[in-house]
Amino acid sequence: MDFTHDDEQKALAEAVRGLLARTYGSYEDRRRTVKDEPGYDEKLWTGLAEMGVLGLPFSEADGGMGAGPIESALVAEELGRVIAPEPFLTSVVLAGGLVAALGTDAQRAETLGALSEGELLLAPALAEPGRGWTAEARDVVATGSGDAWTLEGVKEPVPHGATAGRLVVTAALPDGGTGVFLVEGDADGVTRTGYATHDGGRAAQVRLSGASATLLGDGTTDAAAAVARVVDETRVVACHQALGAMTVALESTTEYLRSRKQFGVPLATFQALTFRAADMYVSLELARSLAQWAAMVLGAASTGSADADPADAARRAALGTSRAARHVGQEAIQLHGGIAMTAEYHVGNYVSHLTALDHLLGDGHHHLRALAADVGGHAEVDPLP
Amino acid sequence: MQLELSEQDAAFRAEMREFFTTKIPQEIRDVVASRGELSKDDIVTSQRILNAEGLAVPHWPAEWGGRDWTPLRRHIWHEEMQRACVPLPLAFNASMVGPVIAQFGTQEQKERFLPATANLDIWWSQGFSEPDAGSDLASLRTTAVRDGDDWIVNGQKTWTTLGQHGDWIFMLVRTDPEAKKQRGISFLLIDMTSPGVEVRPIELIDGGHEVNEVWFSDVRVPAENLVGEENHGWDYAKFLLGNERVGVAPVGATKRVLAQAKEWAGDTLADDPLLAARVAELENELLALELTALRVVAHSADGKPHPASSVLKLKGTELQQAVSELVVDLAGPASLASGAGDDSTLPQWTRRATPAYLNLRKASIYGGSNEIQRQIIARTILGL
Repeated sequence: MDFTHDDEQKALAEAVRGLLARTYGSYEDRRRTVKDEPGYDEKLWTGLAEMGVLGLPFSEADGGMGAGPIESALVAEELGRVIAPEPFLTSVVLAGGLVAALGTDAQRAETLGALSEGELLLAPALAEPGRGWTAEARDVVATGSGDAWTLEGVKEPVPHGATAGRLVVTAALPDGGTGVFLVEGDADGVTRTGYATHDGGRAAQVRLSGASATLLGDGTTDAAAAVARVVDETRVVACHQALGAMTVALESTTEYLRSRKQFGVPLATFQALTFRAADMYVSLELARSLAQWAAMVLGAASTGSADADPADAARRAALGTSRAARHVGQEAIQLHGGIAMTAEYHVGNYVSHLTALDHLLGDGHHHLRALAADVGGHAEVDPLP
Repeated sequence: MQLELSEQDAAFRAEMREFFTTKIPQEIRDVVASRGELSKDDIVTSQRILNAEGLAVPHWPAEWGGRDWTPLRRHIWHEEMQRACVPLPLAFNASMVGPVIAQFGTQEQKERFLPATANLDIWWSQGFSEPDAGSDLASLRTTAVRDGDDWIVNGQKTWTTLGQHGDWIFMLVRTDPEAKKQRGISFLLIDMTSPGVEVRPIELIDGGHEVNEVWFSDVRVPAENLVGEENHGWDYAKFLLGNERVGVAPVGATKRVLAQAKEWAGDTLADDPLLAARVAELENELLALELTALRVVAHSADGKPHPASSVLKLKGTELQQAVSELVVDLAGPASLASGAGDDSTLPQWTRRATPAYLNLRKASIYGGSNEIQRQIIARTILGL
């Protein structure tokens, strides 16, 4: 077992960090960007495409770079450090991942090629109003067969759903099971109402009224398991995005404790505060271990290791990250005091983003429930296959 | 990054597993499995079997029985021992005084003490803490005053774990009362049969006799028993405590008890979702701890403990305590029956549950209390 990144991986992380620094050199830059539409920096998005980041997880035949989950994780961690609003996680890893997992050769080449080039934004439309996190569609219903499908129902919230060129939509199939469909954003029967999320992201209500859709893949077999698998992969990448954000939240907190004076002395004089910062570090490092391990499990699974259980690893990493993100985030605000309540100062917004990540694909409670249901199935948890 | 063990490391793990589960007597491992009290003989027998195979002190210099293993192999060795319920090599010998003598001792001291220390022919006790020097260890007051070729030692040590079995004791003593407190301390080895050494038991809240006070009244110690340089004992103590901290995250043992707890819970585990959630959360935290240990060992190859080893001590002892608390709760009313004998109708694990829980409150106090660990993290890692 080896937790170190190789030179190529380090170079990737550095290159992404460098590119992000040009757009988000200060927090004010990020704040300005998320105030305007489309809610991210299109020039930066093009830069990421040119660097190969938007095609990172896809095979070269599909127009991508053929990299593994560890590389996606590294990119996400860098995005998390500056809480970049660019939709790498939702558009590339999740929506692109669904197309990669389920699409025919032609569908993959067409959609993923354009996504990798930065010419087409995808939006993953999985969530249905009133339901929790699930890979199974119920309230959006598909009708038709072969090349002629229409969708009916509401998806919300759909990340970047109002501006994405193409939606990747889960829908209930006529004979049961879940299918995944491509829907053009501007197709007839698609009504999109966009809004900002609390962390400066973008989402939309997407109302489908007989919207014409293309089923990913060749047949109408249930795709729920494949959706769940892609969601698991995205969860692990999301954990790394949270790691990046938590790392900076802790760095900012310690910096503030050193520099801020009250009662004539730096806050770092008070052990009641420094001990809490130490506990934040403990939470963060434990979460980092789980997230990095989970990325390795995904990597092993993608290269065919039968012993690796990516769903289990994703749950465990996501549970640990959820716990840590709440602890680190809440304490970061408290240890800063009032300044962290302001929109102008970055730390509170990091906490907002961590909260969004926590609820994008399943929070700690959700994962703990699954792990608890399974707890009698093994004697102990062994991280080494 | 690589998830799997290399083929060689996987073979090494299998070899360790095989040895520990077949060569250490079952009756000794049963005592550990039932969280009972090991006798001196159990501990000595087990360590001698390990030592004969080169498995008692693999982290020492090769010349003195070390194996030059990678940090990962050392970790596997340590985990597999705990997993197989093998009593760990006596920490005072293997993790504390042995490495100090090997690093800072004279050639004579090495030859005299190291083989006997590895084989547990000498049972070492630790003489660090004093009634007024706990977390603030450097305020210790036991003195050693030079008199010709001897040191004359006077004072009192406390919390001397298993001191009732001790043949020798390694001590921090004040040799320069004028110097600033860390500067005037030396590291001294004392034969516990010397006239003037008296060991008095301390009864603990679990009803056991695990620790002692050790009194020194004009004890004569030959000058050759000083380790390293006079008044540099604090450096050696820091070296020792750094080593101790790495070993005090008992991941394997805690995992084992949690697995046992699931068996003891029986059907309750499936019937009580709150219990299932509590166990699942503990399993996940233990996994995170184990993975962190694996990350940290990989970065401590130069012999110095990774600063994050404080995380292992802090979280490791918290989880050890949390699992022991879970077992008391599982035992329910039977957990009151700690005084019942083996003719009791109550299973042994329920009777052992509370003493084990009470005993383990010590874990967040020893080896640098968890508050000291927070201080280390805040200062040396976070720069606060």
